[in-house]
Amino acid sequence: MQSFVINLLNGVSYGLLLFMLSAGLTLIFSMLGVLNFAHAGFYMLGAYVGFSVAARAGFWSALVIAPLVVGLIGAGLERWLLRRVRVHGHLAELLLTFGAAYLLGELVKLGWGLSPLSATVPAVLDGPLFTVYGAAFARYRAFMMVVSLAMLGLLYAVLRVSKAGLIVRAALTHASAVEALGHNVPRVFTGVFAAGTALAALAGVIGAPLFVIEPGMAESLGSIVFVVVVIGGLGSLSGALAASLLVGCVQTLAVASNVSLGDVLSLFDASLPAQWDALTLAQLAPLIPYLLLVAMLALRSRGLFGRRDDHA
Amino acid sequence: MRDPGASSALSATAPRAVWRVLAPWLALILFLAVPPFVWPQSWLLAYLAQTATMIVFALSYNLLLGETGLLSFGHAAYSGLGALLAAQVFNRIGVPLVLLPLVGGIGGALCGVLFGFVSTRRAGTAFAMITLGLGELVAAAAWTLPDWFGGEAGVAIDRGSGASWASWSFGPAREAYALIVVWCLLASGAMFALSRTPFMRVANAVRDNPVRAAAIGCYPRRIRYGVVVVSAFFAGISGTLALINVELVSTESVGMMRSGAVLIATVIGGTAVFFGPVAGAVVLTFFSVAVASVTRAWLFYLGLFFIVVVVISPDGLAGFVQRHAARVATHGWQRCRAAYLWGTAAALLWTAAVVLAVQWAYAVQFGSDDGGVFSGTGGAGGMGALVWLGGSPLTLGAVVFMLAALGGVAAHYAIRAQARLADTLSSATHTDGDER
Repeated sequence: MQSFVINLLNGVSYGLLLFMLSAGLTLIFSMLGVLNFAHAGFYMLGAYVGFSVAARAGFWSALVIAPLVVGLIGAGLERWLLRRVRVHGHLAELLLTFGAAYLLGELVKLGWGLSPLSATVPAVLDGPLFTVYGAAFARYRAFMMVVSLAMLGLLYAVLRVSKAGLIVRAALTHASAVEALGHNVPRVFTGVFAAGTALAALAGVIGAPLFVIEPGMAESLGSIVFVVVVIGGLGSLSGALAASLLVGCVQTLAVASNVSLGDVLSLFDASLPAQWDALTLAQLAPLIPYLLLVAMLALRSRGLFGRRDDHA
Repeated sequence: MRDPGASSALSATAPRAVWRVLAPWLALILFLAVPPFVWPQSWLLAYLAQTATMIVFALSYNLLLGETGLLSFGHAAYSGLGALLAAQVFNRIGVPLVLLPLVGGIGGALCGVLFGFVSTRRAGTAFAMITLGLGELVAAAAWTLPDWFGGEAGVAIDRGSGASWASWSFGPAREAYALIVVWCLLASGAMFALSRTPFMRVANAVRDNPVRAAAIGCYPRRIRYGVVVVSAFFAGISGTLALINVELVSTESVGMMRSGAVLIATVIGGTAVFFGPVAGAVVLTFFSVAVASVTRAWLFYLGLFFIVVVVISPDGLAGFVQRHAARVATHGWQRCRAAYLWGTAAALLWTAAVVLAVQWAYAVQFGSDDGGVFSGTGGAGGMGALVWLGGSPLTLGAVVFMLAALGGVAAHYAIRAQARLADTLSSATHTDGDER
């Protein structure tokens, strides 16, 4: 029980990291109508660029430079490629980002090699922040939560208060009217795409010390982010937040638990063959986001906060 | 009605129409049947068997993507699970190998019944994401759950162990290959016939306008569900063909790599034409077997080629060929020649520049453990050039830059020839509205 608080905090910090990714994805989706399949690729690229910058100029500059670099690459992708295929519809756009995900994966292998790298944490953020009943909560995780929350607060403020946010929100729903008022809507699209990819890169930089930086990291996190976006309801930022926290907490708690499947099932007076009963929840943790997805779709097919669109 | 001119024109076009329908089938049969007699090497048989498997897989995928407009990221789940069921049935009960693909197909269809129930609640992007989630679920479960896929080793069969059929035991590669080809042609023919049925026409209507389809009484969700099950059936057949070829079904057969591969093959080939996915399957297998045996950068080239196809010709190779064949037919070869020659030159020069740069970069990054590329064992022209350029990045950079610049010049001339063609067009009777 004493470690439950810590695990919950860990889950929340992981969930907030997921939300950094899913927020960019949701933003791009609701703006351009295309699900950016290369999003996890940009997250990985952010982690690698951040690693290289941190090795030369320190962690803090990596925190700024890597999102900028990756955001520029994202803007280039939108400006030179995505805009060209837009006339052919959303399917072509989705396929283009799918191909871009392959290329990003290969480019990362080309630039940094196949072997995993481990990012270092600056000395200030190393070590435990506090301990609850003997279980420590890492200082870095607290930093991660602060950065995520600050970033999201900033995003919210920009979208809600500033004039640029007003234009973006208007372009979301009434693109042609905004264009008629003299705003460059395609440039707004590019800006939103760049901001989304920069968010992904930021998540990559601050998430890198928790995981290993390797060419497979895009796949391992990418599909979870897509699951989060669907559970929350496509295009809904608050849904993405709720789903990120849900998936983050459930997965972290499952990994930390030492309950076996048989113990869970015995609560319901059910049992499975002995081999299955011996499986622990920690082993099943990778399956949990997908099981949540299936359960969510069976109960409420539009997701937590999604709008109804049966014919989409 | 008795106009002699009209009837003679009709009789002249009828054999041509028949020929047009039959030509792709003949080409497919020749492609699969002739090479094994000419070059009886085992790697060729393996390569062609992979192609045949991929053809069935891509065609089954196109029932979803092309005919019904459903983008799926988890298609490998059906083929892999169908193959798994077939392997278990073959090992436990001993179904004749000839009928094994049918067992795999039924297994795939059962998975389609199960997964389709969840996934077809939504269409569009949500459907794509749900299939991605289901595909990941199956892939992760294959790793995690015990005695599903036999862990890392997978489930193996011995295809020669079953009852022999008319003195064929299917143990030797040639006999197994013959079985695979026959099943490939059977399944392709069945899917071709299916694409002509009213059911598929309704599916097309659901793809184009679900609201109107619903208004005339075709419940879109039910139609999508039906298509998913049928497509899963053929995917199961293709998975079993792969099982017969390699005698193993492992966690890789349900992995996301395979789902991505079939998507890439179908899109590269083109979804609007029945034979598009066949062409895409041939191209993809070429990349994953032939290019991959020469260089480790094949995934990079495949991704690049995929992006080029999506940007330049979103209706795939088949659509590209159709458009340009129609244009040459209307304007005559003479007038289009300049545009095509310059276009081909630009494409070749840019390909050469990209290949040189990429091979060099891969050699620098992975050079220590991959010297084969530089020593030119692949026999490709670019490798030979790399050998004498090798080592000096400055010369190489200059050469790449020169090739790219020459390609740019050629592209410039191609665009001008194109524009001239468009000019003569608009001044003539009508335009055919394509931009490349």
